[in-house]
Amino acid sequence: MRIQLKIWRQENARAQGRMVDYELADINPEMSFLEMLDVLNEQLIQRGDMPVEFDHDCREGICGQCGLFINGRAHGPQAATTTCQLHMRHFRDGDTIYVEPFRSRAFPVIKDLRIDRSAFDRIIQAGGYISTRTGDAPEANALPIGHKVAEAAFDAAACIGCGACVATCKNASAALFTGAKVSHLAMLPQGRPEAAERARKMVQQMEDEGFGHCTNTGACEVECPQEISIRHIARMNFEYNRAGVLRK
Amino acid sequence: MKLDAKIPEGPLQEKWSRYKATCRLVSPNNKKKLDIIVVGTGLAGSSAAASLAEMGYRVKTFCFQDSPRRAHSVAAQGGVNASKNYQNDGDSAFRMFYDTLKGGDFRAREANVYRLAECSANLIDQAVAQGVPFAREYGGYLANRSFGGVQVSRTFYARGQTGQQLLLGAYSALSRQVAEGNVQLFARHEMLDLVVIDGKARGIIARNLDTGEIERHAAHTVVLATGGYGKIYYLSTLAMGCNGSAIWRAHKKGAGFAAASWTQIHPTCLPQSGAYQSKLTLMSESLRNDGRIWVPKKAGDDRPPGEIPEEERDYYLERRYPAFGNLAPRDIASRAAKERIDAGFGVGPQRNAVYLDFAHAIEEYGIDTIRERYGNLFRMYEKITGHNAYKRPMMISPAAHFSMGGLWVDYELMTTIPGLFAIGECNFSDHGANRLGANSLLQACVDGYFILPYTIGSYLAGELGTGKISPEAPEFDAAEQAVRDQLARLLSIQGSRTATDYHKELGALLYDKCGVLRTREGLQQAIDDIRALRADFWQNLKVPGSAAQVNSELEKAGRVADYLELAEVMCYDALTREESCGAHFREEYQTAEGEAQRRDGEFQFVSVWGYTGPEEEPELHREGLVFQTIQPSVRSYK
Amino acid sequence: MNRTLSLPNNLARKNLMALTGLFLCFFLVIHLAGNLQLLLPAERAQLQYNHYSELLSHNILIKVVSYVLYASIIAHAVYALVLTVNSRTAQGGQGYAYDKRGAASTWYSRNMGLLGALLLAFLIFHMANFWYPYKFGEVPVDAAGRKDLYRVVVLAYREWWYVALYVVSMLVLGFHLLHGFYSAFQSLGLYHSKYGRWVKWAGQAYTLVITAGFILIPIWVFLTKPMP
Repeated sequence: MRIQLKIWRQENARAQGRMVDYELADINPEMSFLEMLDVLNEQLIQRGDMPVEFDHDCREGICGQCGLFINGRAHGPQAATTTCQLHMRHFRDGDTIYVEPFRSRAFPVIKDLRIDRSAFDRIIQAGGYISTRTGDAPEANALPIGHKVAEAAFDAAACIGCGACVATCKNASAALFTGAKVSHLAMLPQGRPEAAERARKMVQQMEDEGFGHCTNTGACEVECPQEISIRHIARMNFEYNRAGVLRK
Repeated sequence: MKLDAKIPEGPLQEKWSRYKATCRLVSPNNKKKLDIIVVGTGLAGSSAAASLAEMGYRVKTFCFQDSPRRAHSVAAQGGVNASKNYQNDGDSAFRMFYDTLKGGDFRAREANVYRLAECSANLIDQAVAQGVPFAREYGGYLANRSFGGVQVSRTFYARGQTGQQLLLGAYSALSRQVAEGNVQLFARHEMLDLVVIDGKARGIIARNLDTGEIERHAAHTVVLATGGYGKIYYLSTLAMGCNGSAIWRAHKKGAGFAAASWTQIHPTCLPQSGAYQSKLTLMSESLRNDGRIWVPKKAGDDRPPGEIPEEERDYYLERRYPAFGNLAPRDIASRAAKERIDAGFGVGPQRNAVYLDFAHAIEEYGIDTIRERYGNLFRMYEKITGHNAYKRPMMISPAAHFSMGGLWVDYELMTTIPGLFAIGECNFSDHGANRLGANSLLQACVDGYFILPYTIGSYLAGELGTGKISPEAPEFDAAEQAVRDQLARLLSIQGSRTATDYHKELGALLYDKCGVLRTREGLQQAIDDIRALRADFWQNLKVPGSAAQVNSELEKAGRVADYLELAEVMCYDALTREESCGAHFREEYQTAEGEAQRRDGEFQFVSVWGYTGPEEEPELHREGLVFQTIQPSVRSYK
Repeated sequence: MNRTLSLPNNLARKNLMALTGLFLCFFLVIHLAGNLQLLLPAERAQLQYNHYSELLSHNILIKVVSYVLYASIIAHAVYALVLTVNSRTAQGGQGYAYDKRGAASTWYSRNMGLLGALLLAFLIFHMANFWYPYKFGEVPVDAAGRKDLYRVVVLAYREWWYVALYVVSMLVLGFHLLHGFYSAFQSLGLYHSKYGRWVKWAGQAYTLVITAGFILIPIWVFLTKPMP
C-alpha cells in the first residue's frame, strides 16, 4: 500500500507545533499502525531527520501507553482497539492519514505525539486505592463476592489509563477514567468503607488537574478500548453525592 | 566471587519461618533514616516500594514508562498460582513446591522454591484485600483453572488480564504511599548505572527521558526490579521498552549473572507475519485447557484446516505426552512445535505456525462457554490477525518470553554486591531451567510483598551507623562521567545503521543459535558473530539528535549496546552447560526419544558469570545445588 | 484554573444543572397541562384559560414557585456558561487538525449549550409576548372581567411565521430534553443499568409528549380558532 501521512511535529513542550506531510510506499496491510510508524522513523533517521516520538510500549493493547488521534478519532477508526492493535488492513491504498496527539490541557505535549498523562497518576494517588496494609491479609474466601459483582467490578477495573476518553471528550473530561476506578472499588465490599471519601477526593483532584466536566455524551465509552460503560460515571456521581448528603 | 546462598538451617518447611523469627529488625524510628531506591515499578517493584514505604523506609522509585501502571507485568494474561487447595484436588505447598522444582528441571534451590509455594496462599489474600477482581464462582468463592505442567487447579485469574489486575493492585498501594509522601516517584527515568561505594551499592545514575538530564540518586540500598531481558531476541512477547540494561550495568559493577541463557520460549504466540514485525503477541497458555494443538500429518499440506479430516491430523502433544497432552509444560510444547515446524509440517503463509483448535471444545461445551472463558483472547486474536478463531483454528508459534536467568541472588534476594537486591524476573532464583505458567506473577509479588520487606531489614540493620549517603561522593562523579561518555560515544558514531537494525540482527542470531535448540558449533559461531556485530555496532551505529532532549533512539541504542554484551554471556552459558535441562536443550544431549537429557553428576549447579572487563571472556562460578528433601528424577510428562 | 461560582468542582456544578434542569422539566409539564386548555372549544377555552391564568398570578404558593422557577432558569444558564468556559480551558489551546469525534456521539448531546442558548433567546421572546404584557401591559378583559390572555395568545398564533417560530423552537426544546432529561439522572448518580434504561425510555416518552404538545397548540390554534 501507499499512504500519505500528516503528522503533528512539535520540538518540545514549549515549542509551536505543526502538521507535517510524509509519504510511505510499500506498506504491508498486515502491519500494525505502530509498525508503520517504525518504518517511517527508520526512513527519517536514514535521511538524517529526527524520528517521530510517540508513546508505546507493550504493543498488545494492555499497557495503555500508546494513544494517537488517528483520522480524527482516538485510537483510530476501529472500536474497542488501542492504537497498537490497529492494523493497516483497515486503511486503503492511497489513503491520507492524520496523526495527532491526544489533546487536553491536562495532557501537555512533551514532544511530537508524546504526551504527559501524569495527571491520571495523581488522580489515583488522591484515593484510587483500598487502604489496606501489605503483608498479612484475611483469608480470601472469608469474603464471598457474587460472581456478577466480581465481573462488574472487573469491567470497571479493566481501564488501561490510556486517556482516549479525555481525548475524545468535547470537554476534555476525565470522568470515565475516574469513574471507572471509583466504581470498581465501590462495588466491592472491601472498598465500601472508603467509597464516599474516595469519590470526593478523586473528583476534586480531577478538577484540580484541569479536566473538564462530563456532559454524558457517551463518546468516551464508544472510544474506550476496554469498552467501559458511562454507567460507572453515574456511580462516581452517586458516590460523590452520597458523600455530600451523608457528611456530618 | 563468593557464592553463599545463606540458606537457613532446619527442615525445608521451617526454614522461612525460622528466618523470619530470627532475622535482624530495624526499629520504626530508625527506618525513616534509611533510604531505599527501587528501580522498576512492575509487580515486584511496586509491591516492594509500597511495602517498604509502608514500613517506614524512605523510598525512591523509578520507571522508564510514563506511569508505574504500565510496567510489563500488566501484560500477563493467564493467572497466578497459589496452593490454596480450594478445589480439594490434593494441592498443598509441598505439591506446589514439587511441581515448580520439577517444572524447572531440578535446577533451582529447594529452599527458595518451597518459600515461594509457602507464601503463595497469602498473596491471594493480599490481592483480594486490595480489590483485585479475581474470577468467582456463583457461590461467591474464588474460581481456579489449570495451567501447564501440573495436575491440580491452582491458578487464580481475572479473565485474561490477571497481570493487569495484580499490577493495578500493587500500583494502587504504591500510589497511596506516594500520596502520603513516603515514596518519591520518578516516572520516565531510566537507570543507566549503579554506584558502588566501598563495595556496597549506594545509588544510581538515571536519565530523565523527558529532558535528557542526568541525575544522581543516593541511598543505603538499591533494589532492582527491572524484569526480564527476553526482548534481547527482538521478536518476543515483551514490551518494546523492556530491557536488560539495569541488571547488565549492575553486573558490570560486580553482580554475578546466573543462568543467562535460560530463556523460556512460549509456545502459544502469534506467528511472525513479516520483516517489519516488532513483537509477537502472546496468547494465554490457558487456551491450552480447551484448545487442541495439531499439524497436518502430511508435510506441506496446503488445504485449509477445516478440510483436513480428523485422521490426517497429528495431535502431536497428545501423541507424545499422553498424561499431560496439550497441557505439557512450555519448554516441551515449544520444542515439540519447533520440531514439527522444522520438519516441514508448519502451517500458515510462512509455514511457521501450528494450529490451536477449539472446534472440539465448542462442540462439547457450546460456543457461549468458550466465549465466556476466552472471549477477550479470541477478540484480541481477531484484532491482530483478522481471523475468527471460533470458525477456524488459531495459528500459533513459539516466541521468546521469560528470562529464568538473571542476577544471582541468595536466600535474602541480595546479589553478590552487598546492598544490591534483585527481585522478580530480573533475578535468578525460583524457576530453575523452566518456569511454570502462572508462577511469574507469583514470584514477583511474593518477592516484593513478603520476602524483601524482611530480608532487606536484615541488611539495613547493619547500616544504621552509616548516615546519609552523599551523591557528591567521587564514585558518583565517576559513574556519571561514564554514563555521559557512553551517551556521547553513541551519538558520535554517526554511521549508517539504526539501533533497531542491530537489534533485529542480534535477535535473529540468538533465535537461531541460542533459542529452543542449541549446539556446540552453533554457540561457538554465535559468540564470534556477536563479537563481530558488536564491533560493527560501535563503528556504524546511527543515532540522530542529542542527549539533551527526548531521544528514544538514544535510549534504544544504549539498550542494544548492553544486549550485544549480554548475548555473548548467554552463549557462553549455553555452551558450557553440556546437558539439556528445561528450556536449555542441547542437541548433543537428548534421549533416544528426543527428550532432554540432564547430567546431574556434572551439571547439578547454577552457572554464575562474573564480569572480567570489556571484550574479555566472562568468568564462570558455580553454585552447587543440594537436594535434601527430594531426589531429582527424570522429568517426564508422558 | 476553572471558574468556580462558589462550587468546589464541575461535578457539583453539574449537579446544580441537573437539579435545575429537572425542575424546569417539571415546570414544562404544568405549563403544558395548563396550555392544553387552549384546545377546548373557543368559548370554554377563553373563560377557563383566563381563569387559570388569574389563578396562577394570585396564588401565593404559585408565586413562590415562580420565583424558584426564575432562579432555576438563571442558575441553569449561568452555570452552563461557567461550565462552557471551563470546558474551553480544559481542552487547551490547540485543537485537532482533523476532527471526527462527532462519530462517537449524537449531535444534540454535544450541542446542549447551543440548544440552550437558542432556548434562552426564545424564552425572552416568549415572555416579552405574553408574560410581560400580562403582568405590566394593557390587556383587554373578557366577559367574566378577567384579563383576556386567551385573546393575546390566539392573536399571536394567527400569524404563520409566529407559529413556525414556535414549532422550530419546540423542536430545539425537544432535542435539549432528549439528552437533558436522561443526562440529569446520570449526573445525579443513577447508575443502575435497568433503572437507567427505564429512565432513558421515560425521558424519550417525556420528550415526545412535551414537544408534541407544545407544537400542537399553536398549530391547532392557527388552524381552528376564530378571532374571539
